[in-house]
Amino acid sequence: MRKRSTRTFLLNKQPAYLLAVLFLMSAVFIGTAVGTIHVPFRDIAVILAHHLFGTELGDVDPSLDNIVWKIRFPRVVLAGLIGASLAIAGAAFQGLLRNPLADPYTLGVSSGASAGAVMVLFFNISIPFLGGFTLPVISISTAIMTIFFVLLFAQTIERSMKVETIILTGIIFSSFLGSVISLMIALTGEELRQIISWLLGSVSMRGWPYIQLIAPFFIVGALLLMYMAPELNAMSFGEEKARHLGVNVQRKKMMVLIAGSVLTGAAVAVSGTIGFVGLVIPHFVRLLIGPDHRHLLPLSMMSGAGFLIIADLAARTVISPTELPIGVITSLIGAPVFAAILINKKRKGGVA
Amino acid sequence: MIEVEQLSGGYGSGLIIRGVSFSVQKGELFGILGPNGSGKTTLMNMLSGLNMPASGAILVKNKPIQAYSPKELARVVAVLPQMTSSQFAYSVKETVSLGRYAHQTGFFKSWSEYDEEAVRDAMKKTGTETFADKPLSALSGGEQQRVFLAQALAQEPEILLLDEPTNHLDLSFQKDFLDLLKQMTADDLTVISIFHDLNLASLYCDRLLLMEKGAVHTIGTSGDIMKEEHIRDVYKTDVQKQPHPEVPKPQMSLLPASSIETSVEVGEEMIEWHGDYLAIRPPVQLKTLSSGVIGAGWGWRSAFVNRHVDKNYNMDNFEEEAAHYFRERGFDLNETVGMMTAVKMEDAAFRREVQDDVSVFAVATAGVGNAVDVTRPRVSWKELHKPGTINIWVFANGKLSEEAFVQGLMTATEAKVKALADAGVTDLQTGTIATGTSTDSILIAATQRGAYQQFAGSITPLGIAIGRAVYESVAESLKKTARRKAMS
Repeated sequence: MRKRSTRTFLLNKQPAYLLAVLFLMSAVFIGTAVGTIHVPFRDIAVILAHHLFGTELGDVDPSLDNIVWKIRFPRVVLAGLIGASLAIAGAAFQGLLRNPLADPYTLGVSSGASAGAVMVLFFNISIPFLGGFTLPVISISTAIMTIFFVLLFAQTIERSMKVETIILTGIIFSSFLGSVISLMIALTGEELRQIISWLLGSVSMRGWPYIQLIAPFFIVGALLLMYMAPELNAMSFGEEKARHLGVNVQRKKMMVLIAGSVLTGAAVAVSGTIGFVGLVIPHFVRLLIGPDHRHLLPLSMMSGAGFLIIADLAARTVISPTELPIGVITSLIGAPVFAAILINKKRKGGVA
Repeated sequence: MIEVEQLSGGYGSGLIIRGVSFSVQKGELFGILGPNGSGKTTLMNMLSGLNMPASGAILVKNKPIQAYSPKELARVVAVLPQMTSSQFAYSVKETVSLGRYAHQTGFFKSWSEYDEEAVRDAMKKTGTETFADKPLSALSGGEQQRVFLAQALAQEPEILLLDEPTNHLDLSFQKDFLDLLKQMTADDLTVISIFHDLNLASLYCDRLLLMEKGAVHTIGTSGDIMKEEHIRDVYKTDVQKQPHPEVPKPQMSLLPASSIETSVEVGEEMIEWHGDYLAIRPPVQLKTLSSGVIGAGWGWRSAFVNRHVDKNYNMDNFEEEAAHYFRERGFDLNETVGMMTAVKMEDAAFRREVQDDVSVFAVATAGVGNAVDVTRPRVSWKELHKPGTINIWVFANGKLSEEAFVQGLMTATEAKVKALADAGVTDLQTGTIATGTSTDSILIAATQRGAYQQFAGSITPLGIAIGRAVYESVAESLKKTARRKAMS
């Protein structure tokens, strides 16, 4: 028997999943439909079915097909993947570090990815065979290298690697890499605008190859994190308690950190640092359905994807044809909404 | 169940635990005691597998603790730390369900009917099922502690480790909690718990380990551990041992640092004469051992009342009537010793005796209508009752040991018997010299100030004073009542 007066998240989780799927689907369709040329939903459905399931294209204009399949849909998918990556990594980090203020960038991974990217832009590096992919590839590599440096460093400080140590190490690396980036910006000339706009984040003009680049990291990282949801639940009561409950804390902690960091690193590498998604989406979802990571992770993932698709839509339509940096939009939309929710929730006596 | 051999270890380079050995049997409730910083929690962390020992071994079910994987260990050992918290608003049910983590095996970790039942059972045992759907943060500290106990029980462990489990609990749940633990040890759960409260540990534990500076001071039953010298030695504080009123387990009382005491001397000038009762109300509470209608047994009392009642006083619900009577005259029943007699208060007699460093003041009312020679065979007396009672109060102006109280009772009784013999009081039924009456009451009250009196036997200063004072006051009161009887 469940009392109506108890918290909303105690109600059945199914509506939450239904809501999240609906939100994501409508975000995908709206994101694909809206632009200088409007594409009707029906045509989008036909085009997507044609490419995904091999059905007939029928009477749909081939130029629309081009717009949808070559330009808009990949952009939406990329935005979705990045939003999903950041949100799920943020949710996992908040649970693991037992800190609601943690986000995917806490451990300095984004600084690592950014430093790599800025380096590519600054030195105009172009690796043969990779061509235009030099930047994301190098960026992912530096991101992953950063994770390992952070963890290695934390381990030399303290063998048991308490979360406090890891957070501190992350701050050290973030600051250091941040100043390296600032140094390159200070010394740069005409690439300044390019660097700044990369740092502010964007998902425009990327296309399918970028999706292929991020997809493997996303799939592995997201599955790994969702598989470790019970451990995350246990670890959010503290490492000692988790150990008493039977969690192999050292190993699982390492796995969560690496999975989350890889997700973040890949996302930053293809799109730049997009703030706010990884911090706020998990919070928002937690307020609605509770902190149980078995539900929190998949629901954050879907909501994060939908949210970033909408944010990207806003970024490219608000003062069209000029595009705004998507990171600015996420914060501009997200912060007030989140503030309103928090105030509302506190008034009702809830706890975040 | 658990064997610890020559265990040493700590954090970093310093050794906090040094050479600790003990073993705990299946179904035992084993308590760990020791002052702050004696290494209790460090020892507990090693037992729970959190810290590795620097040297020595811990065997859990005859297998070294290092040989267990975390999940295997969690299926055998559950831990309840002092305080657990989460930043996030998990519901009680979700929190308890986490206890099943170690039992969830296989790739998909499916939640079985058995898991659900274990969770429900644990919540029922701890009385947490009523707030199953509430978020943890909405509960009080004590309620949260019960939830985490439920979580530990949901692990279905064979060994339960607790670190000061009753810290956040109120009195009644402390008791319920420990009763529950005790009951579960009967079902073969082994419990090892750190205790702060010596008395609680003594009450519930089968055996205790007293730790001092990371090493074992004593291991044994509560009788072995709860010795004043051990506790004083380890905790560096003054305590006094007493028996528990109901359970054969020793208890310790703290002795607060004493403030400057004014001396108090109970004497004639304190007697208040009222028509049908006389009272003594000393300015401080006296340690008292007594029989009487009100306030019998041990206690600290500040009022002593002897009340005259009519010969035909209805004896059926006399306790209730007496309580009402004393309360009506402004006596606090918690601090009063009340006695009753058919003797008129004018016939009371008192006597002060000084011997060496102690003085005794005795007050007696002696009626002999019921005189009895206790050495003769007779039928029990309950239904046959005539008024006539000897009430004796002995006030000792000194600091008495409990032994002195008991000897004081003996000495006072001997003096009473002698007074009756000398007055030639006889048992009407047998015709022999009486030793007392059928309803005599006595009290010994001490100011607990002044010179220490360990003994009150018949040749100690206190004994001599008691003997003389009681004999003289009883004899005089006997004379007065005999005179009144003769006149009427």
